[in-house]
Amino acid sequence: MKAYLRFLWRCVRLSFEGGWRYHLWMTVLTVLALVGVNAWAKQLVGGLGTTGMSDQVAWGFYISNFTFLVGVAAAAVMLVIPVYVYKNRELHDLVIFGELLAVAAIVMCLAFVTVDLGRPDRILHMLTHLNFPDSMLAWDVLVLSGYLLLNLHICGYLIYSRYRNRQPTRRFYIPFVFVAIFWAISIHTVTAFLLVGLGSRPFWNSAIIAPRFIASAFAAGPAIIILTLQAIRNRAHYRVPDKALHTLRRIVTVALTINLFLMVSELFTEFYTGSTHLASTRYLWFGLHGKGALVPWIWTSLALNAGALVILYLPAGRRRRLLNVACGMLIAGIWIEKGMGLIVPGQIPTPLGEVVEYAPTLNEVLVSVGIWATGFLVYTIFVRITVPVLTGKLTAADDHATPTRGELAPATATPVPHRAKETTRV
Amino acid sequence: MSEEQISRRSFLRKGAVATAGAAALAAALSPLKDLDTSDLSGFFQKHYREMSPAEMEEALARIRRRVEERWGVRPDLRDVKPKDGVEFVYALNLSRCIGCRRCVHACVAENNQGRDPEIQYIRVLEMPRGSIDVERGDHHYDRPTVPDTDHFYLPVQCHQCTNPPCVKVCPVGATWQEADGITVVDYDWCIGCRYCEAACPYWARRFNWTAPELPREQLNPDMAYLSNRPRPQGVMEKCTFCLHRTREGKLPACLEACPTGSRKFGNILDPDSEVSRILRTKRVFVLKEEANTMPRFFYYFDERYPQHADAGADWVDDNSDLHEILARVLREDAEEMTA
Repeated sequence: MKAYLRFLWRCVRLSFEGGWRYHLWMTVLTVLALVGVNAWAKQLVGGLGTTGMSDQVAWGFYISNFTFLVGVAAAAVMLVIPVYVYKNRELHDLVIFGELLAVAAIVMCLAFVTVDLGRPDRILHMLTHLNFPDSMLAWDVLVLSGYLLLNLHICGYLIYSRYRNRQPTRRFYIPFVFVAIFWAISIHTVTAFLLVGLGSRPFWNSAIIAPRFIASAFAAGPAIIILTLQAIRNRAHYRVPDKALHTLRRIVTVALTINLFLMVSELFTEFYTGSTHLASTRYLWFGLHGKGALVPWIWTSLALNAGALVILYLPAGRRRRLLNVACGMLIAGIWIEKGMGLIVPGQIPTPLGEVVEYAPTLNEVLVSVGIWATGFLVYTIFVRITVPVLTGKLTAADDHATPTRGELAPATATPVPHRAKETTRV
Repeated sequence: MSEEQISRRSFLRKGAVATAGAAALAAALSPLKDLDTSDLSGFFQKHYREMSPAEMEEALARIRRRVEERWGVRPDLRDVKPKDGVEFVYALNLSRCIGCRRCVHACVAENNQGRDPEIQYIRVLEMPRGSIDVERGDHHYDRPTVPDTDHFYLPVQCHQCTNPPCVKVCPVGATWQEADGITVVDYDWCIGCRYCEAACPYWARRFNWTAPELPREQLNPDMAYLSNRPRPQGVMEKCTFCLHRTREGKLPACLEACPTGSRKFGNILDPDSEVSRILRTKRVFVLKEEANTMPRFFYYFDERYPQHADAGADWVDDNSDLHEILARVLREDAEEMTA
């Protein structure tokens, strides 16, 4: 226990140490996070009236980001399946970065749901009076927290074992890994069902939404992992084989293809039938009654996704720079499609046929930026700790013998002797 | 440089960073000094349905105190329970509704909704003839006089569904259906997620996006815990069929305000009630029947079936008095304008 607390303490210390680039990056993120905290404080005082939401469009930018990030969290499983089910060796040492990404994404998800609440002070009612199994939001709370705990356990256990230089005991994590595979599918399915279950909203009340959620998540998520792994390779100097990136590229390609196919199926059903259910879809793609704030966004999204798919299918798409471009394009495309392009038009027109548009306010955007910054902050710290542990530079063994040297990346900020003094005090 | 010097410099630098960090955090949180903490006074209050009578009294006393502090009015606040053998039903005669929106304003005057922006439970749609598709309705019709002869008027409010989607989706059980069919919200329990608002097929729920503004002279001191007591910021509210009135034998405010008598309300379990007779004899229908929410709010057109009419007569119109009423409404409106 003491050793574990000691480990956590060293992690905290380590997260404050690094080169100037690291410090700059962390400072910028901290500032953005504080700007977000400030905006949220304003929202708590002024109410959700500080956002662009209304009784007509009651869910906006927050829930949009939430649905997108649930997909990112679920996509970690796309690293886990090849490694644990198909025994892919290239990805083996990288799984943990995917799972840590899931943790950071879930933290952001929970933050986005919290800032969307009118009465966050009553959040404990969720614990004492959870309306389970009736409310899909209750399901979502359960599966998201469960997924967070599963991934925290798996990552924490593997990292700590490596830190103590022990072979991890398979039965302490392999069962959890397999549970987490199904759990990952469940978080995105439940989040889709949250919308799908509403008979009042024809745009959401469609069986294809959940499969589309999964398909788009398995495109955007691994795309984010591809970019992240390269950042880790370049900045944290951790070995990431190109083969691993190409395995992920294939996953992204297949998932994006399926996503576009499902989109075509959906659009055909809506437009060819042409019933009154079409109103929201028409609003999204062409505008309704002269109002069409989302039209440029959804066409941009389609162009980005289609463009990314073309690049991925071209032989040239194997080149790293082009692969990164494709990843960036499809992440943006799916962020629009699974966010504002899904949440907002579902509420336009209202069930009484009123067309009221929505755009986020500055304060709302600042809160969201703050949450994204917090997510990046959390993930950076995870990587900052994990890389030295995996490469054997941070172990329990070196703690007392040489308490400081060897565990750090170049450019240590804190001088050695002082820290030695601190150690004795602890 | 000695070890001590390094240590001191490092200490100073750390101190500076920590101070700057704390200052930045304090600055970020500074808007919270304007937080209305009186809202938090019900923090330890239990869920409505779990309060003992003594705890209920305590909650009522607390709310009375708050109303008195804020508006200087001692409210007649009580917890009004549903009566046995009563299930409320509303029926609205579309042949008679002239779209004057008096129901909308009477509802606001009765139910202590926030005034800026004004929260309204009733939305009247101006519908083209030949359609009951709400998407073809005009929410914001603004005519010098109503009714327009090419349209009919469709007022919509909470339908008090027998199968309410809003209740099903609430993650914390803050909204539920009472024994007399009225769906209510515990304003001290709602977390403000607005899932119920998304689930409602009739767009009948309203959210307090800001702290509701309500001038003292407009406060209605006749109030119940589950209906029109003042609401805090950040919670959901809705039509409760004026349960503080109707459970005590009165009629809903919207009904009393209606100049044409289009609105009918009563106990469906009583076969002699007016609503029971209407449901038996009129051509009633519900809005969005396909949603299978089984509303307790029925619409009908007043024309009787030919077989009920005198032999030989065609459709019988009971609305011959409408012209007179209309003239009166216009006169009153004109008087109000000049006053």
